[in-house]
Amino acid sequence: MSGPNTDYDPVEVTPLKADQVEAMREAALAAIAAAPDLDALKQVRIDHAGDRSPIALANREIGALPPQARKDAGQRIGQARGAINQALAARQVVLEAEHEERMLAEETVDVSLPTTRRRPGGRHPITLQSELIADLFVAMGYEVAEGPVVEAEWLNFDALNLGPDHPARTMQDTFWTEPADHHVVLRTQTSPVQARTMLTRKPPIYVVCPGRVFRTDEYDATHSPMFHQVEGLVVDEGITMAHLKGTLDHFASQLFGDGITTRFRPSYFPFTEPSAEVDVKCFVCRGVESDACRTCRGEGWIEWGGCGVVNPRVLVACGVDPEVYSGFAFGMGIDRSFMFRHNLEDLRPLFEGDVRFSSAFGTEI
Amino acid sequence: MKAPLSWILDHVDVPAGTTTEEITDRLTLTGLKLEAIESPGRDITGPLVVGRVLTMEPEPQKNGKTINWCTVDVGDANGTGEPQGIVCGAHNFEPGDLVVTVLPGGVLPGGFAIGARKTYGHLSAGMICSAAELGLGDDHDGIIVLPADAGAPGEDVRPLLGLDEETIEFEINPDRAYALSIRGIAREVLVSVEGASSFRDPVLRDTPPADDAGHPVVVEDAEGCPVFVARRVSGFDPTAPTPDFMVRRITAAGMRPISLAVDVTNYVMLETGRPIHGYDADKVRGAIVVRRARDGERLKTLDGTERSLDPGDLVVTDDSGIIGLGGVMGGETTEISDSTTSVLVEAAHWDAVSMFRTGRRHRITSEAGKRNERGVDPTVCEAAADRVVELLVEHGGGQADPGVTVVGTAPTMPVIEVPGDLAARVSGMSITEEQSIACLRAVGCDVAGSATLAVTPPPWRPDLTDAQDFSEEVIRLVGYDKVPSVLPTPPSGRGLTRSQQLRRRAGRTLAGEGFVEVVNFPFVGVADLDALGLTADDPRRDLLQLSNPLSAEAGFMTSTLLPGILRAAGRNVGHGTTDVAIFETGTVTLPRHSGPAAILPVDRRPTEEEFAALDAALPAQPLHLAVVAVGDAVAGGWWGEPRPVVWSDAVEAVRSVAAALGLEVTASSVELAPWHPGRCAELSVEGEVIGHAGEVHPTVCKAFGLPKRTVAAEVDLDLLIARSVHLRQAPSFSSYPVAKEDVALVVDASVPAADVESALREGAGELLESIRLFDVFTGDQVGEGKKSLAYALRFRAPDRTLKEGEAAAARDAAVALAAERTGAVQRA
Ligand SMILES: [Zn+2]
Repeated sequence: MSGPNTDYDPVEVTPLKADQVEAMREAALAAIAAAPDLDALKQVRIDHAGDRSPIALANREIGALPPQARKDAGQRIGQARGAINQALAARQVVLEAEHEERMLAEETVDVSLPTTRRRPGGRHPITLQSELIADLFVAMGYEVAEGPVVEAEWLNFDALNLGPDHPARTMQDTFWTEPADHHVVLRTQTSPVQARTMLTRKPPIYVVCPGRVFRTDEYDATHSPMFHQVEGLVVDEGITMAHLKGTLDHFASQLFGDGITTRFRPSYFPFTEPSAEVDVKCFVCRGVESDACRTCRGEGWIEWGGCGVVNPRVLVACGVDPEVYSGFAFGMGIDRSFMFRHNLEDLRPLFEGDVRFSSAFGTEI
Repeated sequence: MKAPLSWILDHVDVPAGTTTEEITDRLTLTGLKLEAIESPGRDITGPLVVGRVLTMEPEPQKNGKTINWCTVDVGDANGTGEPQGIVCGAHNFEPGDLVVTVLPGGVLPGGFAIGARKTYGHLSAGMICSAAELGLGDDHDGIIVLPADAGAPGEDVRPLLGLDEETIEFEINPDRAYALSIRGIAREVLVSVEGASSFRDPVLRDTPPADDAGHPVVVEDAEGCPVFVARRVSGFDPTAPTPDFMVRRITAAGMRPISLAVDVTNYVMLETGRPIHGYDADKVRGAIVVRRARDGERLKTLDGTERSLDPGDLVVTDDSGIIGLGGVMGGETTEISDSTTSVLVEAAHWDAVSMFRTGRRHRITSEAGKRNERGVDPTVCEAAADRVVELLVEHGGGQADPGVTVVGTAPTMPVIEVPGDLAARVSGMSITEEQSIACLRAVGCDVAGSATLAVTPPPWRPDLTDAQDFSEEVIRLVGYDKVPSVLPTPPSGRGLTRSQQLRRRAGRTLAGEGFVEVVNFPFVGVADLDALGLTADDPRRDLLQLSNPLSAEAGFMTSTLLPGILRAAGRNVGHGTTDVAIFETGTVTLPRHSGPAAILPVDRRPTEEEFAALDAALPAQPLHLAVVAVGDAVAGGWWGEPRPVVWSDAVEAVRSVAAALGLEVTASSVELAPWHPGRCAELSVEGEVIGHAGEVHPTVCKAFGLPKRTVAAEVDLDLLIARSVHLRQAPSFSSYPVAKEDVALVVDASVPAADVESALREGAGELLESIRLFDVFTGDQVGEGKKSLAYALRFRAPDRTLKEGEAAAARDAAVALAAERTGAVQRA
């Protein structure tokens, strides 16, 4: 029907007749309703609402009508186009929703598939145990002191009241270094850090020193030439054994659980007087019906470490006035604490570097 | 110290019904820690009785052995009263003898269950026992024949053999050397066990006065040997056996019975704590002289070792020369033998420091030395010698010579001022002065005065030298278990230092990146450094040597963490863990060749200079961080192929740590062992080298049992921490639009990408916001010996939208500078 209107009738234009327009509208609406998907609807839009659709062509004929007839025809066409567009839009929404639903269904995955691309890392349990202990004391107001592992003999022994002829020196089998007359050792204890602390800080002193220490012990299930200790030192006015007991009771309950306390037994350490061995109440059986307990071997108590009131001789060598200040010191094996806290019977896995061991503890304990 | 309970109770009474555990619990709480309670019959159960051999018929066997078919009267112990038929392989008995018989149902040490069994054509119902079978020493010379009056057949044999004797093993601390004796332990029982009484001191005895008739003794060094007592027993029967009770007690105490003369000296040492030496008196030539050894003198000691002596050693000599290392070990020439009929008994007090030094110098540990170097009661020499003489005469049939030699006098104990309230002040308990005095007297001190007490320790307590030492004596008797539990109140702390926090952060960062922390021993050997492929002049070959390493292969303190961590990685691979990523932080030892570290006085604080000199004498000990990775960095799976570890993973590990500390790392090529010569990065922060990373040389991989392409890094963590950014400035962002420009540059393959990037960065000027290398490729399109680097540049101004062409101009400037600096040519 393109081209000039050769069949010119100023009054009658066939496509604009009401029944014709109604037929176009019906055909369009039927096609829209029948469109099964978005592609089909696109074609329907071209066929029934596009520039070359019957209704668009009919619209062009309006100008041929006498002015009095244009209004009617325009209204008729406009209403028909409005209805078609509305139906198109509505169908579009419905088909889009159907499409999305289908697409999402197709994208379904098996969420139970493994997702680990990289193995998890982990920190060494002794590092974690040291940090945990340090944090317990930092929470009480202590600071963490440090010192070298290759240490001056004087700081490792003499300053701590372990003179060259002290029998207790043979209790600690020391690694010595060459040349021998340079008096340099691998520290046998973290106590030289205590001496360093007193030499570099003024009381009141409240410190803990976790660190590596060395003894010439052959490596086996319960001995290692290198192991870890944590020592604590307090120097203040009026410090007594009761403060030592209170501190270790608190430490024990924080590390092993509420209600776990300590027991002191007389002992001997050159740098403390009086000295005590510290036992911690077995946190597994709590000393009740302990006969079958593997952790404490039926004793109800576990040997934990040593402690005592700082020997005034040590205070003097480290520049602290024993007339004004007194102090206490304690020391525990970190490896040992870890072993019985985590039920490890052979210490060697700590130093073998097997990733299966360390990664079992993650990054916090 | 192992002490038979019966021996202790010979010298002190405890209330009837007191159990062994009650005694050891109390002693543990006052300072003698229980190690173990042993009983020789502990592993024997069931009927073990006296039997009388009624008949024995020798029966030769085909195998050449002869067995005895015996009938043994065991009374009613077998339930029937009939003689028991037993096959026995021993021959050292005859009918009528009393023997030790274990009946069916009994179990001997080692879980050896006894039953009635057919053997050698008889039904043997039980066993006649030897000492070894009962766990009483290793005497296999036949069965035990009991004395004729030992008991009636069927009686339990345990008490007769001491099998029910309990022996208590104590851990003895150095300050309780007096407890290395029955005397000392009995005294501890007296003060520790409630209701204990009637201490019977074994050295409280009447001793004959000294005279001039004894063996002549000259002590030239009275400081080294303040007291020397000599006694002599003649006409002694060298074949006389040691009485059973003595054998049992010595054995229980952990010593080996040897002969009556030697056993008696050991027995008295165990009883009194005073080591005694016995000489074969007929082999001693002339007067005994005690002096220090002279340079070049030698002695063959009882253990057969030829020793060259030190001028510090105390020696006992006679006309023939040196006959003993005083207080430590006797010499061979005067050793008591099985033909000795005269014994010269020496009970001497020796200077403890000398004893300690001599023992250490000659590496001798002996029961005598152990006591002498810890300090023995100097007042008991005469009594101990007299006790030895008494026992030798009683059991060896000799006579005591009338001569008694006593040279020197026991040193007196010092009087020490002890504040009466010291124990209360030290313990935090309310201990009165009266309580303190009572406790001090209980442990043997003499106490006078009030407020400030004048305390004289007993002669067996040389360890009590300082006022504070006495407070321990008081507090342990009041009870360590009574010390109250009081928390002190520290001043406000400052928390962890920044360095401590950052070390934790470094570890957490690497764990987050998938690395597992390991801890290795810091010992290393030259072979380990060879395995790393270090050149002869590599500074890491400068090591601190250990004088007494556990193994000759690891005789030094390491200067690098790499040998330890590579070996740890190799162990993991060996265990079948093919993908390994590990890290270690630890100090390394870098000698400064300074020193020595002075032995400073201890009666005052060192000066600042002295203290600084100590530190300067020590090697540098920086904290290093090392990582090793091998296998796949990203596992393969349904998502795709695995991604193997590559050299850059080692660099990236260090960059992650640095980034966590707010630092940026630059990398440049370097050749350094143990890395692949073309794949080693020297890592720097702000121009300072902090370490190296890259792929490990294939030869090194092989040496450590690792597959090729293993990667590793080692950096100085202290340096990183020292440079870490503390206060980071808040950033500001431009909200104007970004302009993006990509460039692809072709350079010689040898030009480092980092150089190209820095030229681009500089040339692009202030408008450059970021630059990213997003592709590197080589191949035909680029040309032989060339590579193409593709960069994405982003430009933005802080205060305005860029004008048309402004970004392109900046890009061109960047390319121009890169061309000038690196010969880069822009690809069309
Ligand atoms: Zn338990």
